[in-house]
This record gives sequence, C-alpha cells and structure tokens, in this order.
Amino acid sequence: MVTSTVATSVAATGTAATFNYKIVRWFAIMSVVWGVVGMLVGVIIAAQLLWPALNFDIAWLTYGRLRPLHTNAVIFAFGGSALFATSYYCVQRTCQARLYSDALAAFTFWGWNAVIVLAVITLPLGITSSKEYAELEWPIDILITLVWVAYAVVFFGTIARRTTPHIYVANWFFGAYILTIALLHVVNSAELPVSFVGWKSYSAYAGVQDAMVQWWYGHNAVGFFLTAGFLGMMYYFVPKQAGRPIYSYRLSVVHFWALIFTYMWAGPHHLHYTALPDWTQSLGMVFSLILLAPSWGGMINGVMTLSGAWHKLREDPILKFLIVSLSFYGMSTFEGPMMSIKTVNALSHYTDWTIGHVHSGALGWVAFITIGSLYYLLPRMFGKSEMWSIPLITAHFWIATIGVVLYIAAMWIAGVMQGLMWRATNADGTLTYAFVESVKATYPFYAIRLVGGLLFLGGMLLMTYNMIRTIAGSKPYDAPIPAGIVAHA
Amino acid sequence: MSDFVSSFWNLYVIVLVVASIAGCAWLLLATGRIKVASKDTPKDAAGKSAVGVTGHVWDDDLQEYNNPLPKWWSNLFWITIVFAVVYLILYPGLGTFRGVLDWTSSGAYAKERSTFDERLAPLYAKYAKMDVEQIAGDAAARQTGERMFLNYCSPCHGSDAGGSRGFPNLRDHDWLYGGAPEKIIETVTGGRMGVMPAFGPVLGDDGVRNAAAYVRSLSGLPHDNLRAQLGRAVFAQNCAACHGADGKGNQALGAPNLTDDIWMFGSSEQTIAHGITDGHNADYAGGPTPMPAFKDTLSPAQIRVIAAYVWSLSNAPAHAK
Repeated sequence: MVTSTVATSVAATGTAATFNYKIVRWFAIMSVVWGVVGMLVGVIIAAQLLWPALNFDIAWLTYGRLRPLHTNAVIFAFGGSALFATSYYCVQRTCQARLYSDALAAFTFWGWNAVIVLAVITLPLGITSSKEYAELEWPIDILITLVWVAYAVVFFGTIARRTTPHIYVANWFFGAYILTIALLHVVNSAELPVSFVGWKSYSAYAGVQDAMVQWWYGHNAVGFFLTAGFLGMMYYFVPKQAGRPIYSYRLSVVHFWALIFTYMWAGPHHLHYTALPDWTQSLGMVFSLILLAPSWGGMINGVMTLSGAWHKLREDPILKFLIVSLSFYGMSTFEGPMMSIKTVNALSHYTDWTIGHVHSGALGWVAFITIGSLYYLLPRMFGKSEMWSIPLITAHFWIATIGVVLYIAAMWIAGVMQGLMWRATNADGTLTYAFVESVKATYPFYAIRLVGGLLFLGGMLLMTYNMIRTIAGSKPYDAPIPAGIVAHA
Repeated sequence: MSDFVSSFWNLYVIVLVVASIAGCAWLLLATGRIKVASKDTPKDAAGKSAVGVTGHVWDDDLQEYNNPLPKWWSNLFWITIVFAVVYLILYPGLGTFRGVLDWTSSGAYAKERSTFDERLAPLYAKYAKMDVEQIAGDAAARQTGERMFLNYCSPCHGSDAGGSRGFPNLRDHDWLYGGAPEKIIETVTGGRMGVMPAFGPVLGDDGVRNAAAYVRSLSGLPHDNLRAQLGRAVFAQNCAACHGADGKGNQALGAPNLTDDIWMFGSSEQTIAHGITDGHNADYAGGPTPMPAFKDTLSPAQIRVIAAYVWSLSNAPAHAK
C-alpha cells in the first residue's frame, strides 16, 4: 500500500503525522461555551413570559429580539459547534486521514464564530430578515455561505483522501447534512439588499411561496441540521462508548436513504389550514407519517447496539446520555408525525405543545447526544481517557433529565389546554374563553418550564466546570495517525 | 386548478410523489430480501449462531453487524406507505387530482360554518327583532354580547372596556361618533377612520405650541396665557373646522371634544403638541389604529348584540328583567 509505505517512512524519520485535533478542540470547547450562553438566553425569555417586566423596557432585551437569539445560539452556535467538532473528529478517525486543509478548517472556526458574534450583536438590535431560524441579514448570510463551502471542501476532501476502503455510516449522515444545509441556506436566504451599505434586505419570495420556502427550509433545518448531523454523531460515539458493533448495516442503509428523501417533503405540515393549497398540505402530512419508520430506524440502530452490553448503562453516565438521547429521539419522532396529521394539528398548532415537541427534540435528543459525545471527546483532546469527574457527569445526567421532563411535560399540558380552551364554544356560538384567559391559565406551566430550563442550564454549568478541571494543567494532544491500517474482513 | 402555471408542474409533482413513495417501498423490498445469516456465520459465546459483522472496521474497533430489519419496524414502514397511497387516492395531493372524496379545506370550513349558522339562526333571529335597549336588558343576550366583546373588542378597548392610549373608553358618556344605539351599530358595522391631519409643516414649532396652549386653556388646564392668546387665532383658522369654534368637537367627523377632561392620547402640553405636529393617523407610529369594520366578520344580529352590550356599559337597560 502506498499510504502505509508513506506512513511508515514518516514514522521512521520520527515526524509521525497527526490528526488535526486542534480544530476539534476549539469547536468542542466553544460548543460548551455557546451552550451555556444560548440556554441562559432561553432561561431569560422563559422568565419573561412569566414576568414580562424582566425586559426592563429596553428594546434590546425584549422577548421578540431575544427569542431568535436563543434559537440561533442553541441551534447554530451550540449545536453547530458540536457538529463541526464531532464531524471533524469522526471523519479523521474513520478515514484515518488528517483533515484536507488545516487553513480552511481554521477558517470555518473563525468564520462560524464571527457569524455567532454578529448574531449576538444584530439580533438584539432588531436587525432581522424575520425568517424563522434564518433571521440573520444578508451580509451574515454571505459569510455563512463561505464558511459552509469551506466546511464542505474540508469534509469531503478528507473523505477523498481516506485510507480506509469504505465510508463509515456516520460520514454518510454528516455528508448529507453538510450538502443539504448548503442547499437550504442558499435557496431560503435568497434576498435582495435594499442597499449595499445597509443591513436591510427583502426576501426573493412573496406571500404563500415565501411561507412555503421558509418551512421547507425550517423543517429541513430540523431534519438535516438537528437530525442527520446528530445521527452522524450517534453512529460514531454510541458504538465507541458501548464498545459494540452497530446493530444493523442494512437498517442504516434503509433508514438513511428513506430519511433523507422523505424529510424534504415534510415542510408543509407547518402550514396546515393556511393559504397553502390543499394538495401541498396533504403531501406534507403524508410524508411526515412515512418519516416515522425511517426516524425510528436510527433509534433502533443506536439502542440495539447496546444489546449484550446493557449492564454498561448502569455504570457509565456517558452511555446514559447517549441512550436516553435516543429515547427522546424516538419519542419526538413519533410525536412529530402525529402532530402533522391535520386533525391533530388543528388542536396543537400555535399552542405551547409545539414548543414542548421542539424541546423534547432539542434538549432530549440534540443536547443529550451532544453532551454525551463531548464528554467522550473532550478528555481525548487533552491526552486523557476520561473527564476530571465521572460523578459530576452522573449528576449532570440526572439534573438534565429532570429538567427536560419538567419542561416538556409542562408544555404538553399547557399546549393541549390552550388548544382545548381556544376551540371551546358556548351554546350561543361564542367562544367560551377570551384569548387572555388561556394566557392566564398557562402561567403555572410557564413557571414549571422555567424550573426545567434552569435545571438544564445548571447541568451545563456543571459540565463547564468539569471541562475546565479536565483541561486545567493538561496539554493539548494531537493523536498520531496510525500507520497503514486498512480494514480487512 | 390555478396552483400550476402549466400542466408540466402538475405532472412534475405527481411523478415526484409517486417515485418517492415507490422508492421507499423498493428500499424495503430490496433490503428485506437479502439473506442475512450464512452457514459460516460465527457463533457467539453462548454457542448460538450470531449474525456476522460486515467485515469492515474503522478506527480500530468500529464494526457493523448485519442484523435483518426488525419485522415490526418493516411492518410499521409498510403501514405508513399503504396509508400514504390510500390517503392520496381519497384526498387532494397528487397535483390537480382532487381525490375521490372531493374534499377541500374551504369546503370543510363552509360546511362547518353553515352547520353552526343553522343552529344559531333561531337565536339571532330573535335578537334581530329586538331593540338594542331590550337586548341590553336580556341577561342571556348581554352575556353573549360580553363574550363577543371579550373576543373581538377587548384587544384594543380592554377587557373592562376602559380603553387605553389611542383607544377610547367605552364606559364613560363621552362618544367620538355618538353613543346612541344606531350610532354604535354603525361604528361596529362599518368601522371608523378618524384622522387628525399633521399640522407641523403648516404651523411651525411656535404655531403648534401656541395652539397647544390654547387647547389646554379650553378645559381649564394650566397654560401659558400669552401663547393661548396667540393660539386662539391659530385654532380658529386650522382646528375649528373639525373641532368646532368652541372646541366642543363634532360627532359627525369623530372630532373629539377638547373642552372636557377626557383625553385619548394624554393632556400634557408635549403630547398635545405632538398630536398637532404629526397628527393622529395610521402613518404615524403614535397614531390610532382605525376602528375596523366588522360587517364581514359578524352578522347584523351579532353586531346588534355587541352594540347592546357596549351601550349598556354607560346606560341602564330600559327593560331590565
């Protein structure tokens, strides 16, 4: 093998090639930092719903401006950094090759963090395109595009220079996520700036087309950013931490292709009973239902990977995070298709049920799988085999679990209650409740949700402390690329 | 159907949908058919025939079993595929094909709406024949009116009808357009588009301040005497046309009475000066939102019941039961 000869000769001369851990290290640390920031903003706006005076009559701190900051920070800063870290790590380890370009990888780090800092500045200032989950204005959109192209070049370049014969399943998911997010971002953010020296731009689409493009983007941001990307994470870190082979290769093939094909169609279920044509709404619903089995395929493959090693779940809090994340994934991917059924949606739409659903996915699935993976990853970035404190990880696990359960249970009850109150009518045809009565009835659940959010944030602070102690006094570590390893049957 | 600019897009949608669903079915069939365990499948520790790994290894120890698709999972997948096919035959989805049931969301709405209207028709037929004063005296009707008020009117006028900045209080005896039952019905039915023009460009800063001082003098509020004297002429020339020579307003135009102590936007000199300078109209951020017309939302009988409730807030019902 050419590669093995090269690697051996390099080893012989004493300058063994290493993986690029530096970029992984940076992104992993920033993921924890942005996680704390994003969740803190979430806790603040949860408190504002309970005590509106907490915006202190300062426009920058009002709910309408902080809410997009929260969603952008947790999805793109926390989740995004975690995806960069884990995909760069996974693609190098499973391809047994250093990243295609260190310079481009560094550019993705600084570029992505510049995007986040710009979001932190512009969103509270009220500079927004007003498209949900794509609020950042056109100059930032351009920067995102540049970073993403660089990301794709680094990722696929690394795949191309792999020394392993096959592409590992995690990389299929990371690859699909990178390609699709590029497509989604470019199409949805097509906009015309008012001037080249100002922030303001107008969408290239109008009316119901704009709404449809927006939710095609919005739902696929869930499907590809928050699902496919994190399934990639799952496919690497679950078998690694469990020390077991993946349950079924063929299941991964079926659910991968089915997932990426059907997710594309699901967007219209966000626009049930709107001006969107009936046929479009139907397709959104039908494909959302078909999506159930492909989604569960990922859950089965992750959870069943543990079969024969269930005992590990008792002692290993990292595995607890990973496996519980899959339970939440299964739960929310069941709930999602159910909510996409028109008759169910007629009750759930515009209520806090949607918020509960999103957070069972965002906290239970995305954050849990990220936290578990980072606990695996962080010590290895500093030449250690585990975090400074394992009991602290266990504590984090339980605090976070209680937090999620409180959060989503409160929002479920609140949502169903709101839906029922809004549709209740009297014999004389009038609505039984004025809107404000449903707001008043929601307050206790807002309080429970706030407690849940505080617990989750508290868990992240434990993680931050554990991370600092793990890093303290240790040197960054860059693992050598093993020479000439080629898999054989 | 007007959703497509050409028949090509109709076909495009149908082909994509059918291909996507068929693709899912093909994936399931193709992967379900492959034989899993071969004779030389390795045995596990317990001696049972275990499903073999695929033979690929990544990163030292990452491997894959090749277990068959769980039966219940494949069945679940099939059920959703069959559901999709049946649903798309029954309901709209395949482009312009309307579905066997000929269901439309607008049709479903119209049907539900007419069922309701039919059920409520006798009740509202009764109200349609009653005087507003009589409706106000009917406990059940008043309750209906209150519920409708809470849903349609309270966002601007408040749950207690006390109004807020820019939105009139409906509990006092002061009316912009008149408080007689017919006037209230007229207001709810057709809405009101009261506009105070901006006088800043015409009067200049000094003229505005003089006029504001004069306006304050009309209701006996503390004011600069000299400016009020100067403002009298400004008022006569610019304001009297709507607000009247005596400043008592004009209900035909919705011009408020400036001589009482009721102020929709506030009575400070600064607030009045702002009002004169920028006016109160929809273009100005501090201006009022016009009273919307409810004639397309509510039936005349429903409007009658709401008007009766509003009227009753400042009048004792004539025929109280």
